[in-house]
Amino acid sequence: MGSDTMSSGNPIIRIEGLSKTFQGVSGDISALEDISLEIREGEIFGIIGMSGAGKSTLVRCMNFLEKPTKGKVWFNGRDLSQLTKKELYQIRRSIGMIFQQFNLLMQRTVAGNVCFPLEIAGVDKKAAAKRAEELLTLVGISDRADSYPSQLSGGQRQRVAIARALATNPRVLLCDEATSALDPSTTRGVLTLLRDINRRLGITIVVITHQMKVIEEICSRVAILDSSHIAEVGSVEDIFTRPKTSAARRLVFPEDPSMGKLSGTRCCRIVFNGNSALEPVIAEMVLEFRQVVNILFADMKNIDGKAFGHIVIQLPDSGMVADRMMEYVRSKGLTAEEVEGYV
Amino acid sequence: MFDMEIFRMIGSGLLETLYMVLVSTAMAYVLGLPLGIALVITDKDGIRPMPFVNRFIGIVVNVLRSVPFLILLITVLPITKKIVGTTIGPNATVVPLVIASAPFVARVVESSLKEVDKGVIEAAQSMGASPWKIVYKVILPEARPSLIVGGTIAVTTILGYSAMAGIVAGGGLGDIAIRYGFYRYQTNIMLVTVALLILIVQILQEIGMKLANIGDRRNG
Ligand SMILES: Nc1ncnc2c1ncn2[C@@H]1O[C@H](COP(=O)(O)OP(=O)(O)O)[C@@H](O)[C@H]1O
Ligand SMILES: [Mg+2]
Repeated sequence: MGSDTMSSGNPIIRIEGLSKTFQGVSGDISALEDISLEIREGEIFGIIGMSGAGKSTLVRCMNFLEKPTKGKVWFNGRDLSQLTKKELYQIRRSIGMIFQQFNLLMQRTVAGNVCFPLEIAGVDKKAAAKRAEELLTLVGISDRADSYPSQLSGGQRQRVAIARALATNPRVLLCDEATSALDPSTTRGVLTLLRDINRRLGITIVVITHQMKVIEEICSRVAILDSSHIAEVGSVEDIFTRPKTSAARRLVFPEDPSMGKLSGTRCCRIVFNGNSALEPVIAEMVLEFRQVVNILFADMKNIDGKAFGHIVIQLPDSGMVADRMMEYVRSKGLTAEEVEGYV
Repeated sequence: MFDMEIFRMIGSGLLETLYMVLVSTAMAYVLGLPLGIALVITDKDGIRPMPFVNRFIGIVVNVLRSVPFLILLITVLPITKKIVGTTIGPNATVVPLVIASAPFVARVVESSLKEVDKGVIEAAQSMGASPWKIVYKVILPEARPSLIVGGTIAVTTILGYSAMAGIVAGGGLGDIAIRYGFYRYQTNIMLVTVALLILIVQILQEIGMKLANIGDRRNG
């Protein structure tokens, strides 16, 4: 568990002791404090946090759109603070970026948008047009090359943005809430495309989001950003099954009502970490003990064909049976912990 | 009701007005467009923040804009004389027109350029575009429809100013309106010139809006 076979391990982006303070009207705003992070070549790295946690600021520090107040950022071994303007422009061509609002040029066609970074890089028109065609095929909208962004749906616009971000053959793709403006099914399509790009082109992807679902769907590792600090970093599986900090728990179990009503009844949370499916375990347990249990809460997801998530069940009144049920669940390789005050 | 003489006079007045307005507008943009761009990029949220430069240009523009055109017209007469060699006629009127409208154009351009989505500029920055490339490949093209609308406003405003120059015998339709309508009480000649001015404004407005819409891809 917790191994990520995708990444070769070399850090492509390294952040050390990074802090960012903004001068606000009513005093300084500390957006990031002492952030240290390594993003490994080839992985899909997630950064999750509530709104205002500092996610956008952090990702903007990765290509120096925002200059850190303190600390350093290395891209592929190069300290970004040591670069001249020209060198920085050059390096940015190796770091693609996509956004929540797509940020396409509205007065240019789809193909014109994809050609844009190539024009800036000084690629000749013919070569740029050819590359744009390839990229639009890759993202699946080659038939809309001559349309204008305003004629496309949100999902299609994000695909254009992805094609545009890939035009200069970047090694990293930064995605700042790239699916937050899209509906769930479009989101899935875009995430699948991102995973494809990661696998087929070997491009490292950094995904910024406030939705756990997005992280589950495509990330191998994740950092939890909580009010300007990194609360936890680890493999998605680890953080999902055993969140250590309260910030992580808030994100993983967003509808967790355990702080709610109080009562004497015992309840148990069973965490599924991909080793077994939901139905058989609970069904077999009920058969084995000849005792009905009440499922109070369930939040299950399917990641790569494995069951992840948690359910909360109400245990029978008999303390002995309840203890043995928890034993039983654990013997199936699941994590079971008693939760108090659930009912 | 009018003889040939008067027709000819109104005809040449019309040409003079068009000449003054077009030349002044062109020159006002030569000065105002770079100033407007400078105001936008040196702004504190701009792509090249330079607070002092921004303040300086802002103040110069504001001062020039707060001088009423009639006063400016008379104040710059000596300068006009130096540059053009005379203080009457359309060529002389171009000088105060440009001085009055360049700062106006700068503000109109500034407001058009500020409409460009910050996100699009940020995207260009993330691709390694230099500030200069962002100006001519992102900001100006994306603002094109709005710039054309602004241009229409500028040209009609300049037309209005040019008519005022009739007070100092500046030539054009305004001059005729004042000489005949105001000094000689030939109201019908004044009415014809005023009608012509209205017609020009209307035509310029139509053309401007059409051009702006044709070039705009924001709504499908
Ligand atoms: N340019 C800025 N000027 C002032 N404050 C800013 C600026 N950018 C971000 N902030 C502040 O920094 C904090 C983090 O913002 P952001 O990184 O956008 O958060 P997130 O993307 O996680 O929602 C917020 O409190 C925000 O108001
Ligand atoms: Mg954000």
